[in-house]
Order: sequence, then structure tokens, then C-alpha cells
Amino acid sequence: MWGRVGALLLRYLYLYRRSLPRSMEIFFWPVMDLLVWGFVSIYFQKVGAPRAVLFLLGGLIFWDVFYRSQQAITLSLTEEIWVRNLLNVFIAPVRIGEVVLATCLLGLIRAILSTAVLGVLAFFLYRFDLLLLGPALLPYFASLLLFGWAVGMSTMAVILRFGHAAEALIWGTPFLLQPISAVFYPLAILPPWLRTVSRLLPSTYVFEGMRATLETGRPAMGALVPALALNAVFLAIAGAFFGWMMNRVREKGYLGRLAME
Amino acid sequence: MAPSPEPVIEVQGLTKRFGEVAAVDGVSFSARRGEILGLLGPNGAGKTTTIQLLLGLTRPTSGRIRILGLDLARRRRDILQRANFSSAYISLPFNLSVRENLDVFGRLYGVRDRRRRIGELLELFEIPDVLHTVTGKLSSGQVTRVNLCKAFLNDPEVLFLDEPTASLDPDIAEKVRNALKRVQRERGVTMIYTSHNMREIELLCDRVIFLMHGRVVADGTPREILERADSESLEKVFITIARGGRIEA
Repeated sequence: MWGRVGALLLRYLYLYRRSLPRSMEIFFWPVMDLLVWGFVSIYFQKVGAPRAVLFLLGGLIFWDVFYRSQQAITLSLTEEIWVRNLLNVFIAPVRIGEVVLATCLLGLIRAILSTAVLGVLAFFLYRFDLLLLGPALLPYFASLLLFGWAVGMSTMAVILRFGHAAEALIWGTPFLLQPISAVFYPLAILPPWLRTVSRLLPSTYVFEGMRATLETGRPAMGALVPALALNAVFLAIAGAFFGWMMNRVREKGYLGRLAME
Repeated sequence: MAPSPEPVIEVQGLTKRFGEVAAVDGVSFSARRGEILGLLGPNGAGKTTTIQLLLGLTRPTSGRIRILGLDLARRRRDILQRANFSSAYISLPFNLSVRENLDVFGRLYGVRDRRRRIGELLELFEIPDVLHTVTGKLSSGQVTRVNLCKAFLNDPEVLFLDEPTASLDPDIAEKVRNALKRVQRERGVTMIYTSHNMREIELLCDRVIFLMHGRVVADGTPREILERADSESLEKVFITIARGGRIEA
């Protein structure tokens, strides 16, 4: 199994080596985001919001973990559709779970690289130290990575079923979740009814926990329990949804149509 | 190696319905070891759906498929380990080099000594100098032959070829046919072959099946079909069938 997963992972890594636009996804856009939000934070600081740099840059870097993780799954499989390689993959003796696992591992690699680059840049440009999160750093990272995998799997299932018409979801879904995940502002800012929805997302607990940790200097580990529990639920639902959708896709013959059109 | 009586592909009562439409309607056939079986028919006759059913990409409404003695519904991965597919309508990632593409698929199929195997196949299809070229920079003829190299990487016992010579000039198409014939002769590979080039089918296939509206309307060697249709070319038989004509069973 690991040989096949490794082969698929290698295929995507070759792509990053060969394709400038794909490599830019890991570094260029996150760095541009960091620059914009970094300067916005400095401005807020000057007009009297001293913790703006901490909260905004922390939010940005962690949001990127979720975003890269989700994108790794959706873009990798969509790339196979774009280059008409999907059938080659699906007629190889590969389990669909192995394909998903390879894209999840790619998400992990992308998120680590991107977080490392953003963390270093944020430190040198804005004196923001990601390590202030202490022992909470890795579990927060893991929680957002898992949520990205769950959302990525669900998005990909819809794309395999509905084809090119659903591709906008690759970029749209994260931005649908961003406002209700309390990424850049506290949960309390949201209207009460939206807070209820927000509390159903693991990402909300991570960002709330991150702000609490940065504010107090003590790791807010309590936020991890609901985050990890919700991640388990989301991953189970996403896995079941993906499996159900793949059955539908095989039943209706969409796979061949999507791969050869 | 001449075709042996041993059936490698057995299809019984295969039906695939999409709502009210039967894309494949009670199709039964078999292919022997080392046989090249042409799957023919006009657009919409059910060829592509049949191949997708044989590859397990689409689930049949009813019927049974056994390949290499294994039930496709239960042992798909075991079958795919010993089979492969190439089509003019799919391709390998254009932004990877030929070596990278073949290396990735070699790994997926668990091919040992990949470097040697890739070299052999590039020689077989007469494109040894493209190894380090980015796939997107190849000519269409080279791309088709690289796709065929991928299809032969795992030394398949069963090969599904969907219009593999569609984009090739006559010279390269003949080279590809010769390579396929050589592999069939030496390795006894069973091939299911679709093409709209009837001359090519006559040259290459041991037996042909004509599909029309998802049903088998003729089955036999090219010579038998020509005799039954009282025709001098498969192209004329094709046109007769596509226009609703019948040939003797």
C-alpha cells in the first residue's frame, strides 16, 4: 500500500518541481497575504489596537494550514481531470483510499512548508513569534490540517460527481467557512444565531484558543477537546460521503465521462 | 503465440442502463488468450461503455464479467494488476517528463527494475530519445507511443486499447501495429481493440464484434464477417450496420 501511496505522492511532487504556478501556491500567495495583513496589523497597532499583529497574523498563518490542506486534496485530483490523467490513475491497481491518503500527505507537506516560511517571515518582518503558542502549536496545526482534509474530501466528492461545473467549490468552500470560523475576530463578534453554527466547526475552537493563548501567554489546551472531537465527526462524515459519492459515480458512469470529455 | 482456447475475458448478459436508455443491452462474448478482439460500432453503439464496464469504472446493471478467471466485481484490483488500458482520449500529465510519468506508473504497478523496463518499452515503440523530454513537448505520435509504453509497463496479460492509433500518421500507425502484433505473438497478450479505421482492424484483429444500440449484431473473424455480409471490406460492413442494415448471423 505505501509503495502506491508513495508513487502518487511522487507524482504530485514532480508536478510542483515542474510547474511554477503550482509551486507559487505554496509560497507566493501565502507570502502576499502575510505582507498585506502584516501591514494592516501595523496600522491597527498604531491606531490603538496593540494585539492586532498577534491576532491577525496568527489567524492568517493558521488559516493557511486549513486552506493548503483542503487545496492539496481538491487541486491534486482536479489536476488529474485537467490533464486527462484521471482514468490512468483509476484503472491502476490503486484503492481510492490510497489516492485520498496520498493527497492528504501532500496537504501535510504543503502546510508544513507554508507555515515554516510564513512563521519565519512574520518573525523577521513583524516580530510575530509563532512559537509563543508553545505546546498548543502542534495540536492546533493538526486540528486545522484534519479539518482541511475533511472539507477537501467532501469538495472532491462533489467535483467527481458534478464535474467541471463544481470546480468553483475548490476555492469557494474555504471562503464560505472563513467568516464563520472566527479567524480574524472573536466568536463574540458574530450574531448569536451564527455563533451556534460557528461552534459546530473545529476551526472556530482553534482560532479562539489561539487568541486566548496569545493574549494570556498560557496554552489554551481546553479548546482542543471540542476541536478534535468535531474533527473526528467531520472526517467520518466526509469519508462516508466520499464513499457514497464514488458509488454513485460508478453507478452512473460519470468517471469515464469526466475523465475523457 | 497463437490464440489458445482458454478464455481470458468472459462477458455474459452484460447490461448497463442509464435511466430508460440501455447503453449496453445483454452483451455476451469471450476473448481467448493471445487474441486481439476488435470492438466495433458507430458512435453511441456502446463500445466505450463496454470498455468502462470491463475496466470496472462503471457498475453494470446486470450481467457478469470474468477476466483472467476472476470475477471483476470482487477482484477488480487483482485484475487491474495484470491488465492495462490506453486511449487516444486520455493522456499522461503533460508537465512531467516521460521518465517521471513512466516511473510513477511503474511504481503504481509495482514494476521491478523500472529503468530497464522503461528503456525496453521506449525501444519497442521506437522513441528511446524522448526519455527526459517533458511530455507536453512531444508530438502527438510520440505522446500516443508513450501512452502505449505506460500500458505495457506491467507486462499486462490483458490490454484494452481505445482507438490507440487515432492521432497517428500512417507510418507511425503501422509501426505501432507491428509492435502490438509482436507483443501479442511473443507474450500472448489478449487485447480488446476499438478503432474506426476498418483497414487497421482487418490487419490486426483475430476476431471482431460489431455493436449497434448496445447489442452484438455480428461476431466472427474479419474473413467470416466479410463472407456473411458478402462484402469486400469491413468499412462497407460498418456502413451497412450503421445505417440499420443486417448481416447474416
